[in-house]
Amino acid sequence: MSFIEIRNVWQAYGDHVVLERLKLTVEEGQLCTLVGASGCGKSTFLRLLLGQERPSKGQLLLQGKPFPAEPDASRGVVFQRYSVFPHLTVLDNVTIGLELPRAHLTGRLWGSAKRRAREEAAQMLEKVGLGAAFHQYPSQLSGGMQQRLAIAQALIARPRVLLLDEPFGALDPGIRKDMHALLLELWRESGLTVFMVTHDLYEGFHLGTRLLVFDKVRIDPQAPQAYGARITYDIPLNSDRRQTREAIAALPPHVLDAINPVSQENHDER
Amino acid sequence: MRFINRHPGLGGRLLLALLPLILLALIYGTASTLRLADNPDDRLLPSLPQMADAVVRLGFTEDKRTGEYLLWSDTLASLERLGLGLSIASLAGLALGTAAGVFPLLGASLSPLLAIASMVPPLAILPILFIVFGLDELSKIMLIVIGLTPVLARDLEQRAREIPQEVLIKAQTLGATSWTLVLRVILPQLLARLLVSLRLMLGSAWLFLISAEAISATAGLGYRIFLVRRYMAMDVILPYVVWITLLAWAMDWGLRRLHRYWFPWSEGGRA
Ligand SMILES: Nc1ncnc2c1ncn2[C@@H]1O[C@H](COP(=O)(O)OP(=O)(O)O)[C@@H](O)[C@H]1O
Ligand SMILES: [Mg+2]
Repeated sequence: MSFIEIRNVWQAYGDHVVLERLKLTVEEGQLCTLVGASGCGKSTFLRLLLGQERPSKGQLLLQGKPFPAEPDASRGVVFQRYSVFPHLTVLDNVTIGLELPRAHLTGRLWGSAKRRAREEAAQMLEKVGLGAAFHQYPSQLSGGMQQRLAIAQALIARPRVLLLDEPFGALDPGIRKDMHALLLELWRESGLTVFMVTHDLYEGFHLGTRLLVFDKVRIDPQAPQAYGARITYDIPLNSDRRQTREAIAALPPHVLDAINPVSQENHDER
Repeated sequence: MRFINRHPGLGGRLLLALLPLILLALIYGTASTLRLADNPDDRLLPSLPQMADAVVRLGFTEDKRTGEYLLWSDTLASLERLGLGLSIASLAGLALGTAAGVFPLLGASLSPLLAIASMVPPLAILPILFIVFGLDELSKIMLIVIGLTPVLARDLEQRAREIPQEVLIKAQTLGATSWTLVLRVILPQLLARLLVSLRLMLGSAWLFLISAEAISATAGLGYRIFLVRRYMAMDVILPYVVWITLLAWAMDWGLRRLHRYWFPWSEGGRA
């Protein structure tokens, strides 16, 4: 039995088909990167995994059981923006992830339990490099630091699956590199299963163990919304670099165009 | 240099702020002096000493009939009604606004109801309030509550809807229940907004208070103004108006300070 199994999933809004015939099995601990043209349904796929929406057809299974139908602590998430609570300090933003699951009445811990939660949160923040910003509010942080905070917050709840929707899309290239290193380190340490949507093909194939390309197979020019995207390429990334390179080079040009060709040239040293 | 690019300096700013007030005082002083020179018994534009007399009489001498200092007992009565009304309206507005803005099932019923309720002119139902709640304190407080609650609730509902979906999802992935989500994520953000809305609504609150007091009361700032109107006692009315304005301004200032002190995060924009 696979850790995650996607069984012939379709997602449509009215007669707008966004995703069709998704079939996928993912083992625990894989880091899947998702690429594809803008608007082809990558975020929609993450929403399905998150439980924010239900598929129109098909099933998503986690260890053989259907995914919980609403967001819960088994799946963590980092969005491109608005992932953290603006009214809490950095430390409280992470501490709340330890308080909410334990205090169902007030949502708060008190006394020594609170102190221990804070210490644990502080350790997590040190790990993501926010050791000096405990008492700042998110609006006082730079974009990169906000995303570090969002990652720390997502990880403190110890999810089994981590979903990242273009988490570094709004960051400068230099800062993005630091974030890649951080993400890889945390992923190796925790053994999490990660799905990460990215616009940046370099990011996709540098970070992932597996690259999933979303694309439309069928297109009806009269009715562009009649057919949805599928996973057209599923490229394993760790086994053999040369094979990977060849597989990526063999991607059809319209796919490569759609996903930020510039960054690929820039980082071809790999 | 173009007019649009000219800015006052620090001293200039103070001067320009005071200038209209000084002008107004001058105009009033001149008009009052002229009228009083014409007819020393004129009541329409009392002189400064006459008004000072009235303030001393009402604020610093015991009233012969009741043994109270009227200015202070009036202020106390009005502030008590205002405070109670604002507190109840805040609580009700917060509860209704949160319920309507966060929970789709509750919002389906509450949103249309609030939209209608906020269109009812509160003063038009004042007679109903007097009939239902009697002529005592309750109906005056209820007028403030009924006048403010739907507007506050709608504003907070709107704010609750503006909280990004991502934030609500995030809280759920951290293990929040509906209740703890409201408690730890929604309410703190709406409380910050409540203080802002309250500041905007202070004017209406005073309006409702004074209207109710004008019609039926035995004490209160609005009551006094409308009582002495019968004798054309401008020397009392004008200081009372100034005093009410001062009180309203102080409340506004207090709310602003409170906002800055309690919600430092909301001053720096969103995350
Ligand atoms: N709730 C929704 N209702 C209707 N259409 C939607 C909804 N969510 C997404 N879509 C449509 O689905 C398509 C895919 O969106 P999305 O998953 O955000 O794309 P991507 O993340 O790949 O850029 C878009 O055309 C969008 O308009
Ligand atoms: Mg997207």
